[in-house]
Amino acid sequence: MRSTAKEISKVSRRRAFSKTDRTTLSAFVGIPLFFHLLLVWIPAVLTILLSFTYWSGISISRIKWAGLANYKNIFFDTPAFWEAVKNNVIWLGWFGLIATPIGVLLAYQIDRQIRGHKFYETAYYLPVVLSLAVTGIIWNFLLRPDGFVNGLFGRDIDNAISFFGNYHINIYVILTIASWRHIGYIMLLYLAGLKSVDLALREASSLDGATEWQTFKKVVFPSMKPVNIIVIVITIIESLRAFDIVYIIYGSSAGFPILGTLVFQNIAGEGASMKGAAYAVILFVLSIGPIIAYLRTTFKSDVQ
Amino acid sequence: MSIDVELQQAAVRYKNKQKVKDRFISALIGIFAIVWIFPIAWTIWTSLRPYKDVRANGVFSMPKTLNLDNYAQAVSRMELPLYFWNTAAITIPAVFLTLFFGSLIAFVVSRYSFKWNVSLLLLFTAGNLLPAQLVFIPVFKMYITLGKAVGIPRILYDSHWGVVLIHVAFQMGFATFVLSSYMKTVPKEISESAMVDGASVFVHYSKVMLPLLRPALASLGVLMTTWIYNDFFWALVLMSTDSKRPITSALGRLQGEFVTDYNLLAAGATIAALPTLIVFFVLRKQFVSGLTLGSTKG
Repeated sequence: MRSTAKEISKVSRRRAFSKTDRTTLSAFVGIPLFFHLLLVWIPAVLTILLSFTYWSGISISRIKWAGLANYKNIFFDTPAFWEAVKNNVIWLGWFGLIATPIGVLLAYQIDRQIRGHKFYETAYYLPVVLSLAVTGIIWNFLLRPDGFVNGLFGRDIDNAISFFGNYHINIYVILTIASWRHIGYIMLLYLAGLKSVDLALREASSLDGATEWQTFKKVVFPSMKPVNIIVIVITIIESLRAFDIVYIIYGSSAGFPILGTLVFQNIAGEGASMKGAAYAVILFVLSIGPIIAYLRTTFKSDVQ
Repeated sequence: MSIDVELQQAAVRYKNKQKVKDRFISALIGIFAIVWIFPIAWTIWTSLRPYKDVRANGVFSMPKTLNLDNYAQAVSRMELPLYFWNTAAITIPAVFLTLFFGSLIAFVVSRYSFKWNVSLLLLFTAGNLLPAQLVFIPVFKMYITLGKAVGIPRILYDSHWGVVLIHVAFQMGFATFVLSSYMKTVPKEISESAMVDGASVFVHYSKVMLPLLRPALASLGVLMTTWIYNDFFWALVLMSTDSKRPITSALGRLQGEFVTDYNLLAAGATIAALPTLIVFFVLRKQFVSGLTLGSTKG
């Protein structure tokens, strides 16, 4: 009995769509899906396949199976890869331990509506709306040999500090510039999350004599779990994918190797092998963890 | 009684202490904020000074004249109108198509209960998170192959439409995700009454849901505009003709070309940043809510 009832409801539901409606629904889903699969998922799968081949990119018949050769080459014969890994790890450490916490801290203080909070919010967020091309030019004004900072230190062009060329300091210079954007972005995300924290909860804790720091650690932070995860995921993804600012400053030269630009370097040009594809796959494998964490957080309510 | 008074006094003391602390924190954050916007202020300052003056007296000298000459020069010598046109030809269709496609999928997923709804949504959202580097070799080859096949080599490669399509394909994942979580907040009764009235799927979408979606579309549109405007990667790898590139990608080359005339370059950079700054200050509310719609759900 029950199964027939189910059947009937199923049939009636199916019948609820007329022929036109069914066509409309198929088009609504089909057309966007076609473009998305064609230009995102299919190329992603193809890149993974290509990373196991040799191919100069000219004719498809010239593709040769390479097995793990591209990966072996990267891991064992490409010192630039390990340089890049080192730089990405430093990047992640800096973002995770310095830039992101500063962004969170700023958000917390600004959310308490301290004096001037509106202005502060704008000031910190301003760099995020600028394109990285503009950001590169702006920082070049400050850091070039005859620029502001060298002038401030009283150095003329001949004995100026080379902020981008000196290998001991350039990563920290780049990270400062990257943080200039990252901090504002994290601040804004966190600020939006904080708006949802119950104000009464916080007041109660401060009346109980908890210090600001205790209130944050014991009351605010734990109640923001979804936002915390998003912020951590964004920090990791941004650190792995860093590309624009390095490309703007160094071009595709190996002046400052990171994973994002290595991928680019080995793909472009006529003599390109599929080593570039292997770099892209490595980058992808490293970002799978954070991507899944992000999806799990945002889809929790849908899956249940 | 006395305990109450004591408690009150303690509370007042605590509040005063907090007030002093807050002033200190505010001052600290304020100083930090000034440092933060200094690079932008310095660029604008540089753009207002004639190159000759700076060259003769150094960057720290007091200016004899401040004017907009560098801006006029930048517009004509850097061909900025051309690059702005290229940017518009990419950004405007890309944003509209992204919102359109995103709203279609979000509509179906949130208004009808198909078995594959969640999987579809997951597919789109995950696609948006893939690194651009992972997809670009095959996309590049596809564009070239298609160009050869139809006999118009630059139909997608090195054309504005090629860049538009890749932006749409990628960003519609984010748009779908944001719009579907927004649509879930719209009461089911609205859709049910539309269906009872015999509205077709198309009418249900265009006459019932789309108007309700307007605030979310506005926020998302503002955010997408700044993202696509600021994009650098796709215009770089999928285009080869400099005069077709959008302003953001063109700046890199202009930087090399006008490397000695810093003041002119400062004016060019300021002009290039202007549209996003205007969007940010005028449509700030939409901008912020667009960003947070997608990130703080749940």
